[in-house]
Amino acid sequence: MPYKFDWTVLWTGQAGGWLLDGLITTIEISFLAWWLAVVLGIGSGALRTAPVAPLRWAAASYVEFFRNVPLLVWMFFWYFAVPPLLPDAVREWLFDHGAEFWAALCALGVYHGARFSEVIRAGIQAIPKTQFEAAVSTGLTVTQAYRLIILPIALRLIIPPATNESLNLLKNSSVALTIGVAELTFQTRQIETYTAKAFEALAAGTVIYLLLCLTIATLMTWVERRFAIPGMIGQGAVGEN
Amino acid sequence: MELRVIADNFAFLILQGFFGFGAFAGGTLRLAVPAIVFGLLLGIFIGLGRLARSRWIRVPTTIYVEFFRGVPLVMVIFWFWFIIPVLVGKSLPEYSVALTAFVVFEAAYLGEIVRAGIQSVPRGQVEAATATGLTRAQAMRHVILPQAFRNMIPALVTQFIVLLKDTSLASIIGYVDLTKAAQIVNNREIRPFELYLFIAAVYWACSYGMSRYAHALERRLNPQAA
Repeated sequence: MPYKFDWTVLWTGQAGGWLLDGLITTIEISFLAWWLAVVLGIGSGALRTAPVAPLRWAAASYVEFFRNVPLLVWMFFWYFAVPPLLPDAVREWLFDHGAEFWAALCALGVYHGARFSEVIRAGIQAIPKTQFEAAVSTGLTVTQAYRLIILPIALRLIIPPATNESLNLLKNSSVALTIGVAELTFQTRQIETYTAKAFEALAAGTVIYLLLCLTIATLMTWVERRFAIPGMIGQGAVGEN
Repeated sequence: MELRVIADNFAFLILQGFFGFGAFAGGTLRLAVPAIVFGLLLGIFIGLGRLARSRWIRVPTTIYVEFFRGVPLVMVIFWFWFIIPVLVGKSLPEYSVALTAFVVFEAAYLGEIVRAGIQSVPRGQVEAATATGLTRAQAMRHVILPQAFRNMIPALVTQFIVLLKDTSLASIIGYVDLTKAAQIVNNREIRPFELYLFIAAVYWACSYGMSRYAHALERRLNPQAA
């Protein structure tokens, strides 16, 4: 059967509104999960280079535990397995307030936190050890040395791989459709279901993802140039993947 | 914790879900292993294409890579799920759809690994090879690629780990892999905590084991870096 294209389905009817809703949800969940991932990643990434062994082990366990299991399994875990463990009142509140959104947020944030952690660790390890020694010898405590010297340098060094990871997070937010979060891919499927125009719906969703990724990549290239450490341009790429 | 649910369904989860023996054409490994093999074959052409001198080869392969790296895998799976029936004229089993989607998607990432591997071979090797009278194609096949592959092995193992975890997404079109098998059992037993934790442990063991292996390989191939 020859397929008949009908691109008008994208702007007549509800499709346009659905795509916009989906885009907003995708940005919302990615943005919130990104913050969670960055906080967890910086914390555990710094701890993995800490001078105290138990702290290193704890951070390494977090990273290895979460990043070696598929994100989809974590989605199911946070959505189906965790709520029954919560007190009844909390669970009821959650299911009245979009539990799937919060579960997906936890799954994305905690999973990508483990992956960010590796990027940040690589950034810290790329800094010569003498920087840390010099910082401590001026009288700074270990915490101060990390906060004022090591982390600011590391964060500027890791902008390219961190951008890569952020784009992965954005793309992985599409996995949230499996537990019913109405994000962009979910809405694309909805348009397909209602109009039976798979090609047009998928093309629209795909173009939006590509534009989103392109925008962020361009923005981050600017940020990278803006925050480049003088004399270290071109050395930014540490520990891809 | 009710571990009996795992023991009762162990054979279904592992044999059917993980390996793919049983009533369903499924299995995590049965998807992941052919996907990496065929993905690598396609990836070699993509990687070579990105280094080609002709712009007519370089530009399309670059677009291929950038396109698939900018789109979520879930989206790509849906593309093939809806488009293949239109192109072929009949619907294909989930296995064929999932395998095609994974090969095409992975080839973009594997192509980049191949390209990096080729670029890691010292330039003098190409010059020496052509100086002995080999053509460019011969030099690539007999001198560059064998050395490039050796350098690529750790990255390939890492990519296989990513792929193995990503195959869980084939369950969204109904392919019975480990994740779908756990869903099927859960629908009957309603034991999400035990079941999802169990499959998490299976994925974890494979993934962590292989990443240790990749790490050891890397150290052996490149002692001064580690």
